[in-house]
This record gives sequence, C-alpha cells and structure tokens, in this order.
Amino acid sequence: MMALDDRKTNFKYIGTRPDRPDGLDKVTGRARYGADIQAPGMLHGAIVRSPHAHARILKIDASKALALKGVKAVVTRADFPTGLTGEDWNLQENVMAGEKALYDGHAVAAVAASSALIARDAAKLVEVEYEPLPHVTDVDAAMRPDAPVIREGAADYSVPEGMHPNVVRRIEFGRGDMDAAFAEADEVLEATYRTEATHQGYIEPHACLAQLGADGKGELWCCTQGHWFVRRMCASVLGLDASQLRVTPSEIGGGFGGKTTIFIDPVALALSRKAGRPVKIVMSRSEVLRATGPTASASMDIKLGMKRDGTITAAQGTFRLQGGAFPGAPTAETMQCAFACYEIPAILEIGYDVITNRPKQAAYRAPGAPMGAFAAESAIDELCRRMGLDPLEVRLKNAVKEGSKSSYGPTYPRIGLVETLEAAKAHPHYSAPLGPNQGRGVASGYWFNWGGETSVSMAVSEDGTVQVSVGTPDIGGSRASMSLMAAEALGIPYENVRCNVVDTGALGVNEPTHGSRATYASGLATIEAAREIAGKLCQRAADKWGIDAEAVIWEDGCAKPSGPNAGDFPPMPIAEIAAEMGQTGGPISGHFEATPNGHGGSFGTHIVDIEVDPETGRTTVVRYTVVQDAGKAIHPAYVEGQFQGGAAQGIGWALNEEYIYGTDGRLQNPVFLDYRVPVASDLPMIDTVIVEVPNPGHPYGVRGVGETGITPPLPAIANAVAGATGVRLRQLPMTPPRILAAIQANG
Amino acid sequence: MRYHTPSSFEEASEIAAAAPGITRILAGGTDVLVQLRADIVEPDDLIDIKRISGTGDITRSDDGGWVIGAAVPGVSLSEHAALCADWPGVVEGMALVGSTQVQGRATLTGNLCNGSPAADSVPGMIAAGAEVSVVGPQGPRRIAIESVPVGPGKISLAKGEIVTAIHLPSRGAQGGDAYERFIPRTEMDIAVVGVAVNLRRDGATITEARVAIGAVAPTPLLVPEAGAALVGSTLDDASLAALSEAVSAACNPIDDKRGTIEFRTHVAGVLAKRVARTAYDRAGDAK
Ligand SMILES: Cc1cc2nc3c(=O)[nH]c(=O)nc-3n(C[C@H](O)[C@H](O)[C@H](O)COP(=O)(O)OP(=O)(O)OC[C@H]3O[C@@H](n4cnc5c(N)ncnc54)[C@H](O)[C@@H]3O)c2cc1C
Repeated sequence: MMALDDRKTNFKYIGTRPDRPDGLDKVTGRARYGADIQAPGMLHGAIVRSPHAHARILKIDASKALALKGVKAVVTRADFPTGLTGEDWNLQENVMAGEKALYDGHAVAAVAASSALIARDAAKLVEVEYEPLPHVTDVDAAMRPDAPVIREGAADYSVPEGMHPNVVRRIEFGRGDMDAAFAEADEVLEATYRTEATHQGYIEPHACLAQLGADGKGELWCCTQGHWFVRRMCASVLGLDASQLRVTPSEIGGGFGGKTTIFIDPVALALSRKAGRPVKIVMSRSEVLRATGPTASASMDIKLGMKRDGTITAAQGTFRLQGGAFPGAPTAETMQCAFACYEIPAILEIGYDVITNRPKQAAYRAPGAPMGAFAAESAIDELCRRMGLDPLEVRLKNAVKEGSKSSYGPTYPRIGLVETLEAAKAHPHYSAPLGPNQGRGVASGYWFNWGGETSVSMAVSEDGTVQVSVGTPDIGGSRASMSLMAAEALGIPYENVRCNVVDTGALGVNEPTHGSRATYASGLATIEAAREIAGKLCQRAADKWGIDAEAVIWEDGCAKPSGPNAGDFPPMPIAEIAAEMGQTGGPISGHFEATPNGHGGSFGTHIVDIEVDPETGRTTVVRYTVVQDAGKAIHPAYVEGQFQGGAAQGIGWALNEEYIYGTDGRLQNPVFLDYRVPVASDLPMIDTVIVEVPNPGHPYGVRGVGETGITPPLPAIANAVAGATGVRLRQLPMTPPRILAAIQANG
Repeated sequence: MRYHTPSSFEEASEIAAAAPGITRILAGGTDVLVQLRADIVEPDDLIDIKRISGTGDITRSDDGGWVIGAAVPGVSLSEHAALCADWPGVVEGMALVGSTQVQGRATLTGNLCNGSPAADSVPGMIAAGAEVSVVGPQGPRRIAIESVPVGPGKISLAKGEIVTAIHLPSRGAQGGDAYERFIPRTEMDIAVVGVAVNLRRDGATITEARVAIGAVAPTPLLVPEAGAALVGSTLDDASLAALSEAVSAACNPIDDKRGTIEFRTHVAGVLAKRVARTAYDRAGDAK
C-alpha cells in the first residue's frame, strides 16, 4: 500500500519533546470539555435508574414529574424505535431498559427540565413499579444450573447444549499433544486465579449536549474517544440516517476505552427530539461507576508444565469472564494474550462469555489482556519460585520472536519482547538490593494494537503553515505527535503545524482513539497526506521553474531542483509557494484514507518492588520500572506517560480497585472514596525504558504504546507480594485484609 | 431550604430550636454540602455559624489549655506552632482529614458532630480529655468529647443545642499524644481503624494514659483498660501486649467493604502499639 522501503531513520523532529499544542488551554482552564458546552435554550437532562439488580418493569408513571414546573419532556423505551437486533439491540437496551432492569443503575426513564436541579427533582418523581427478580453478579455463580436466567436466547451457536443460558459464547483453540507435553514437564502447576471488575476511572464523567429535530437532523457535542462510533450507534439506536447526525468531540478527560461507546448520548437526543430544545446531560461520578462500562471480571483455571531448565512444555487454561448483562466480555482477548509472550509447543485454551446482572462492560485499556496475563504470568512465577529459576531468564528462554508461531495462531513479524527482557535484565533495578519485607516481581505482557478505518486531511495556509484535520480525539498528546510527524514529513517547524480534531461532518469515517491506534494510523495517514502535499508543492515549483516535476525534490521545507537536467534554481520554501498558490493552481491540500493493518504488536516487561507490612497486610509500591517496545517514540514524553499511566492503573487494579456488589446485587462502592484508585502519593516515580524495535508497517516505525503497559502490572505485583511475604495471592485485588489473612493462614 | 447567618450562638440556638424540619449547622460544610449534593440529607434549615465572632479563633485559656472556635479549619491548627507543640496527636488527627482543599474548611467541631464512627479527629480529642461547650435552650453546658457521639450519624446534643468551642486541657509536663489510622492508600481515604494515645511520663514510667479508638465500633471509644495497661509501665513488651489485647477486646466493628471484623480487630491492636510508642517518645522529648 505504501512505500515502506523509503522508511526514514534520520529524524529532525521525531523523538524531540516539544510542549503539547493543547497544553496551555488545558492548564489555564480554557479547554472545553464535555460539560462546558452550552446552547441557547438548553435544557438539562437527568436519568431515572433502577435500584434493583434485576427486576421486571411493570409500570412507569411520569405524571408527577411532568406536572413539576420547568419539566419539558420525559422519555422511556417507548420513545425509541423497535425491531433492532444484535449489538444494536444490546446498545438500545443498555441505554434505556425495556421490559426488565438488568443491573443496579440501569436507565429506565429520563427527564428534561429547565435546570439541572429541577431535572434531578423530577427524576425522583417518576414512579416506576418493579417486580424484583433473583439476580446474579458473580461469573462462576452465573454459570451454575440454579442461577437465575438473565435472558433466554442470548447465546450464540458456539455454546454447547446443556450449558446455562447465561453462557453466551464459548471459544476454544490450541495445538499439540497436551498429555505428552505435560508428561515432559518436571513440574506441573494447577491453580485458579480471579480478577474483579474495575473501572477505567477517567476523571471526566460522561457529558453531552444534544439537539435533534423532528426532521431527523441532529447535532451532538460530546466527550468521546470516537465520534463516528457515537454517530453510528446513536443513529441505530434512534433510527436516524448517520449523515444527518453531526457529532463534534469535546476535549476529553480520559477514556481508556470506556468512551468508545454510548450511554447518555441517545437519551439526550431522544429528550431533545421530544422537547424541541437542546438537552445537556452530565453524569455524576456514581452514575459513571454504576452505569457506564467497567471491565469484565474473570475466573481462570491454569495448568502449566515446565522443565527444570525453565522450558515451558504445555499450557492449558479455562477462562470464564462476565461482562455484565450483555454478550461482549473480552474473553477472546484474555485467552489470546495470556500466553502470547511464549513459544509453547502444546496449548489448549477454552473460554466462556457469561452474562450477569452488572453493567455492560466496555473496553478498558488492552481489554481482557490484564486478566489473562495475571493468570499466566503468576503461574509462570509460581513455577520459577518452586524450581529456583530466574523469572527473566525463564521468560527469555521461552520468548517469542520474529517468525515464532503465537499461542493463538498467527506468526509474529518483527517484535521486541526479547529486547524488553534484555533491557529489564540489564536495568539496575533488577539487581538492586531489597529491604526487609520487600519482594520483587517481574512480568511481561502483550497487546496486539490496531489499525482501523482512518481518514486525515491536511491543507497549506497562505503563509506556509499547515493544518492537519484528524478524526481521532486527543487523549494522550496525539496532536503533538501528529504535528511532529507532519513537521518531519514536510520539513517545517513543529510550531508551523496545527492539528485539529474535527467533527464527523469534516472527514470520512474514523475509528476511535482506541486499540493504541491513533499515533500509528492517524500518524501514518498524516505522513501520507504530507507526502501528497510535498508532491504538489514540488509541482508548483517545477511549473514556475519550467522543468519537470520529477526533477524537483522536497527537502527541509523547500522545493529543490535535483538531478542532472534540473537546472540551477535557489530552493523555493513552502511559504513562497503558499503565498502564490491562489494564482498557481489553487489551494494545496493532501488527504489519505485507508484501513492500515501494519500495526505491530507491542510487548513490555515490568519490574516492581513491593513492601508488605506483615502486621497489617498493607502494601507499598517501593520501586517500579516499565520497559516497553514503542517501535519509534514520536514524542518520548508522551510515550513515557502512557507507560506510567498503564502501570498506575495496573497498580490500582492489583491492589485496591474493585467492583463490590452486596447480596442485594447493588454496587456498594459507587464513589471514589470506596472505589480506591491510587492517589499520587500512593505511587513511586515510575521509571521508564523505551525500547525501539521499528514497526515495518509504519513509515517511521511507530507501534502503538497505549495499552500494553497495563498488562504486566497485575501479575508483576502479585509476584512481588509473593516474594515479600512467601504467600501467593491468586485473587485480585490484593487488599490488606486479603494479604493479612493469607499471611496468617500461612502461620 | 432556609439559609441563616446568625451573629451569636444564642441566636443560632433559637433558630435551631424553632426549626420544624431537618436542621444542619454549617461549619466547614465538608460533610453537610457533600451530603446535600449526594441526596443523602437535604436540610430544611441551614445555620451558618461562621459569622459569629470568635468562631475562627484559637486561644490559650487561663489554665494553660486551649479553646478552639467551632469554625476553625484544620489548616489553622496545623499552622499553630504552640498548639502543635502541646497536642500533636489532636492536630495530626485533624490534619488527616481530606486534602489541602478540604483542610481549608473542615473543622474539629464538624468532624465530631457529623457523628461518623471513623471521624479522624475524635479519638485524639477523647484521648486528650477534651470537652465541648454547648449552648442551647436549657442554657450552656460543658461535656466530655466521648459523650457527644452516640451512634453512626447520631450525637447526644438536644434539639437547639450547638457546639461553641472545643476545650483542650493544659498539656502539663512530660506529656505526649499521637494518632494513627489505617487506610489501604496514603490519603483521601476513610479510616478502617484509628487509634489515639495520650500519656504522661515520670522519667521512663508512664503515670497517666488515655487510649481511644475509632472506626471499630458504632462510635469512637475511650478504652480505659488500654490506658490502665500502660500506667506504671515503661512501655515494655508486656505492657504493649496488654495494651494491644485491651484495644482488640474493646473493638466491636462491622464487616463491610472497608474491612472485615477480624482485620479491624487485629489491626487496632497493631496500631495501638505503634501509636503508644510515638506518644511515649513525644512525652520524652517534651519538657
Ligand atoms: C474529600 C473529603 C475527604 C474527607 N476525608 C476525611 C477524613 O479523612 N477523615 C474524616 O474524619 N473526615 C473526612 N471527611 C469528612 C469531613 O471533612 C470532616 O468530617 C470534617 O471535619 C467536617 O467538618 P465541617 O466543618 O466541614 O463540618 P460540616 O459539614 O459543616 O458539619 C458536619 C456536621 O456537624 C454538624 N455541626 C457543625 N457544626 C456544628 C456545631 N457548632 N454544633 C453542632 N453541630 C454542628 C452539622 O450539622 C453537620 O451534621 C472528608 C470529606 C471530604 C469532602
């Protein structure tokens, strides 16, 4: 598709660390986030949510709410079209319950009123009559024969007869002779590992402002990772034509996958259509925790065989994941990533996607991978400790490299796992002495990364500066990275580029900023669009000089004659060509669109030291080092930021974050007081090492880096806790009560 | 909701006594406003005491003790060198409340009157032997801190009664106090267990000791047996073990998302020893 042979390795701008273009707006409060958007005549929406984990909705009476002064509209499922199927139906059912409320916090109605306070009061006046039903929130319990059935007929063809209807999908893959391979092992470990659901914990709650007319034309401003996804989903859920709905993304205060889908947006649109006014909805933190898309919880059985020399002979796993009341738990990704780091001759993995009375899971940073890594990398560490083997040496011995067949099928192209393991081994952290009650853990992890539908436009301004229009919202500094790539490709200063994240009306379809794809895919398209512009600039110079365009090259921001017959002309800078472009043929722009699939996977290896207070079970993260392959770090500071962010979220998941459901099926901790994300003082400075094994699928060698960083922390920390205490925790989170109980049980 | 800004405690008390529905006193508001926003309590009358003169003052009383106005925010305690020198344990309990932002508003009085079993400043005040002065329809009275909380979210003050100030006794010679709480994180968390110790030494020997615990019973508790375990000792292993046992025995916690009964009971005993050591060292350093 593109000329990879002309891949650059000598860079002027790539690899530098300029200030981010959106930085000043963000630190001065000028940046507009989801809740900052206003419209004249705007109403405020509030959502009525089920207090029951599972209940039939017998009756909704909104008359008292509608009688309240200032209330303009109430919507229920009756205001949405019928007849949807598949994931469209799932989305619709999730944003507004139909016959049953399926989890604590499930939306059952919504109100629009002239103020947020009135809307909130009105929501309390909507009378919903429920018939509570038995519920189940635990994945293993939901598979048992006596579990309440959440929905008949949700399972697909893959589920064998006789399984509980809550099991909606079964996956199996593997290769090799398992019995023979386990027989070859000197040690075989069998253990069950569990992880709890966690939330992305983005600091900005979901917010949107919607306007929808009776003519089916709409505008939506919202905080999202992907506005074309929002457009498509809202159009399906509401029965609109996609092109009639224009979606503009706000700045975004974090997403981590949780903002790649819809929750409030179609509700605000439906309220707007009914009230004939723009409607704004802003979620509270407890609504975010109860009713957006946390990740799945998992229960996993692992059987692993290892020889005395550290060779892994066989790996077997059964992975049970619940992703809430709808199909879609990332079971396949859990399975595929679990053993993705190793060459294993015999492998058998079986997985189940199970529905429960919890909110519909959404993507969370390398969806599914951290759970699989927790099980597999803990098991490897258990065998290493049992046999006295160095955990990095064992990983090096089994590590996949270019040409290895992955555990899940495909053969790897050029990858960088070995390089991260070598760098970890050489890092002073790995050989630093440990203090009392401290333990060191290591683990590796993998994420596939993604390409996805991508469309980028670029235009030269009259003064020779350049604007780039991308469709991937900037969550982690991607405008800086796009600007650097455009600057590099055009040979113009970074400051001369402005990168805009534009609305759905301005470009063709772009997938969200997900799958660690933005810097890879929008970056690739930016470079290609810049190359198209460079070609056009050369043509204008050639026309002026009266020579062939082929005899002109683009270098250092100037057209230059090149070759034997080009003639002797002084270099013509971009500003000079741009100043005259109106007279020399009109505006100069570039465009590139594709679904690039040369995204290279990224591997990482983490080292962590944990201190455990033996009297209280309290953990302290003493030291943390992330080593990861970035392919090529466009803006190293933002690559490091991704590494650190992944580690920080992993630390929370490993130690204190969890969805806690009571026996009543209600979420017990829908506030940040009790949903315990790490605060700044909980974390040490997280060291980073950027390994660069260039990705052949990107002109500058970029690999996505956003997700891999959350895959090693869960097992790395469990392995460190095992080192510090001598006890193995196979269930997350490793809260002080759990660690203390394990220490005391150990005697 | 009616918002009042009385200029004297007598006026405040009259408003509170006459208020027909749910009444809240607005000190720092870090409980009241959060509860309002979260739909937990919507008061009918909100009585702001911050305009009453003297409520923001910290003053030394004639007997060498301290009077802390009902609206003094946490940060003012931490910045008061003489108070910190006398009662570091009381101050560190309050300093643990929330964040820098919360410290700018939150008060000892509010922490006490909110009635949380986990209130961080209350064990320290109990251990110190502090009292509150109260005005009300029946006139003024002065009562021990430990008699204020009576259950989760419940306090012993009668309708119309309002706390005007906290009174800390004179520190006296060779005294030291300390407070520590257990939380899984480092800050912005609610105590799973809290322990305060206040003691006096004569040389190496402990002559007086008061021990109070939080978050392990429906209210913060004074544990006389734990204090008794220390008196007469030099904080040797045996007295520490007795202290730890007495504290664990006094625990009557709940099992919840923040900690199990076993965990809280055990950790209370562990913390008691650590806090006693700090208080003992502070008493040794003091003149
Ligand atoms: C982010 C955050 C973190 C927090 N962290 C902690 C923590 O770590 N530890 C902790 O213990 N607490 C914590 N809190 C709770 C709160 O900050 C404390 O309880 C604080 O001390 C309350 O003081 P205030 O002045 O803000 O009380 P207010 O909210 O003004 O009042 C609290 C209660 O006391 C009553 N009251 C106030 N003044 C009087 C009076 N003079 N007479 C009678 N009744 C009165 C009110 O009616 C109300 O019921 C936290 C709160 C927040 C928002």
